[in-house]
Amino acid sequence: MELLQLFFFYLVAFVAILSGFCVITCKNPINSAISLVMTFFCLAIFYVMLHAPFMAAVQIMVYAGAIMVLIIFVMMLLNQGSEVVSRYRHAVTGAFVAAGLMMVQVIITIKQGDVSSTVGPINSEVIETVGHTELIGQAMFTEFLLPFELASILLLVAIVGAVVLAKREV
Amino acid sequence: MPEMLSLSNDPILFISVMVAKILAVFIVVILIVAYATYAERKIIGRMQTRLGPTMTGPYGLLQPIADGLKLFFKEDIVPAQSSKLAFVLAPMMILVPAFITVAVIPFGGDIVIGGFTVPLQITDLNVGILYVVAMAGLGVYGIVLAGWASNNKYSLLGGVRSAAQMISYELAAGLSIIAIFMLSETLSLRGIVEAQSGSVLNWYVFSQPLAFCLFVITSLAEINRTPFDLPEAETELVSGFCTEYSSMKYALFFMAEYANMIVVSALTATLFLGGTAGPFAGPINILLKVFAFMFVFIWIRATFPRVRYDQLMFMGWKVFLPLALLNIVITGAVVVFL
Repeated sequence: MELLQLFFFYLVAFVAILSGFCVITCKNPINSAISLVMTFFCLAIFYVMLHAPFMAAVQIMVYAGAIMVLIIFVMMLLNQGSEVVSRYRHAVTGAFVAAGLMMVQVIITIKQGDVSSTVGPINSEVIETVGHTELIGQAMFTEFLLPFELASILLLVAIVGAVVLAKREV
Repeated sequence: MPEMLSLSNDPILFISVMVAKILAVFIVVILIVAYATYAERKIIGRMQTRLGPTMTGPYGLLQPIADGLKLFFKEDIVPAQSSKLAFVLAPMMILVPAFITVAVIPFGGDIVIGGFTVPLQITDLNVGILYVVAMAGLGVYGIVLAGWASNNKYSLLGGVRSAAQMISYELAAGLSIIAIFMLSETLSLRGIVEAQSGSVLNWYVFSQPLAFCLFVITSLAEINRTPFDLPEAETELVSGFCTEYSSMKYALFFMAEYANMIVVSALTATLFLGGTAGPFAGPINILLKVFAFMFVFIWIRATFPRVRYDQLMFMGWKVFLPLALLNIVITGAVVVFL
């Protein structure tokens, strides 16, 4: 049983990394975008495996269902070729170095045990009994109400800004 | 009630029951898809005082099989200038979300097999509705990619139109469902069916008439059925996103359209009409409701003209979305104060 779950995890992780790799190596931007959708999908599967079904659904709904569709929409209309990538070849090298450093940092942090040994009040049994969506809802509308409202005001400002930008004569 | 069958208490029975349920649902959906094409041609034929298909088999009953075989043996053309990967992937990306949505729809109560309780539903996700909405969002990719990959301006226009349409209407459809789970206090489709059990008056179609109308109309727009079938408007776009498709790939688009119709019908029945409740056994009740909705959809296709594109956007953003928000506010007020 545990073995099956582990095997499934490695399978999904492999697909996630492979499609993530495709995002940066594909010549055609649309193919990169499809790979990115695939990566988001794999992340959603990880959320399910971590007993966070609400996060998984929101991940697909917001990232794969809305944001990526808009990105693909823009790419389709602009029909940009692959020359943009080749013009910034040295930037690609820089990005690889930065990503490598970041990975080393993450591994060191995890090795020190500050992250992995933290035990919070919410474990898989609490999620089973109360429900993941209920827990998120309670936290969001009590403890984190102020940040939540601030984020919504920020989004409202962004919407107004987008309208102003799109409509020259208001 | 005996213990729920799960992977831990009897793995072999669990897996075989699961496979049986998946196969049963899949075969039923495929059969309905095949005969929905026949029913559509017959019903629209009758409404236009024609006969519809009559030649293949008794009453033309073998027509869907003949059509399927014909498409299967047609030459599969991939345009030379197309983007190969996306071109092949697109029909699958539109069909798969349609089919996997059926997995969360309950089609009956609990039955007992080998001393364990087995629910008549492939899986009961506790975020069932969100899963449905998420899968509906993924369906956009198939159409967008098909339009773009064909490298044909009619296809591209069809794809772009459909993307804009689906994003706009997804929002209103999603918001109209929120009022439902404010009443049921659960996101699981099984929980929603249970919340509507008891009497016919408990069905959400009576307590949420506005949400019901909004959901049916916006779903029609989301699955690109008449009067919202702008992505494939023949008069202006040849055949929209599927212009360049032939053979089995075209058949997949066709199947996806009907599979989406089944999903929307089953979903409306589950959310608003008590799902499996009714005078007969659970699966028969929900099938009858699905057939009724599909008949209405076909009826609408035979009756209504196609809306204009600016009307479509106007309705989506300025009529349906505010109405859905209003419905949420009213429902919230009723839930809190009454």
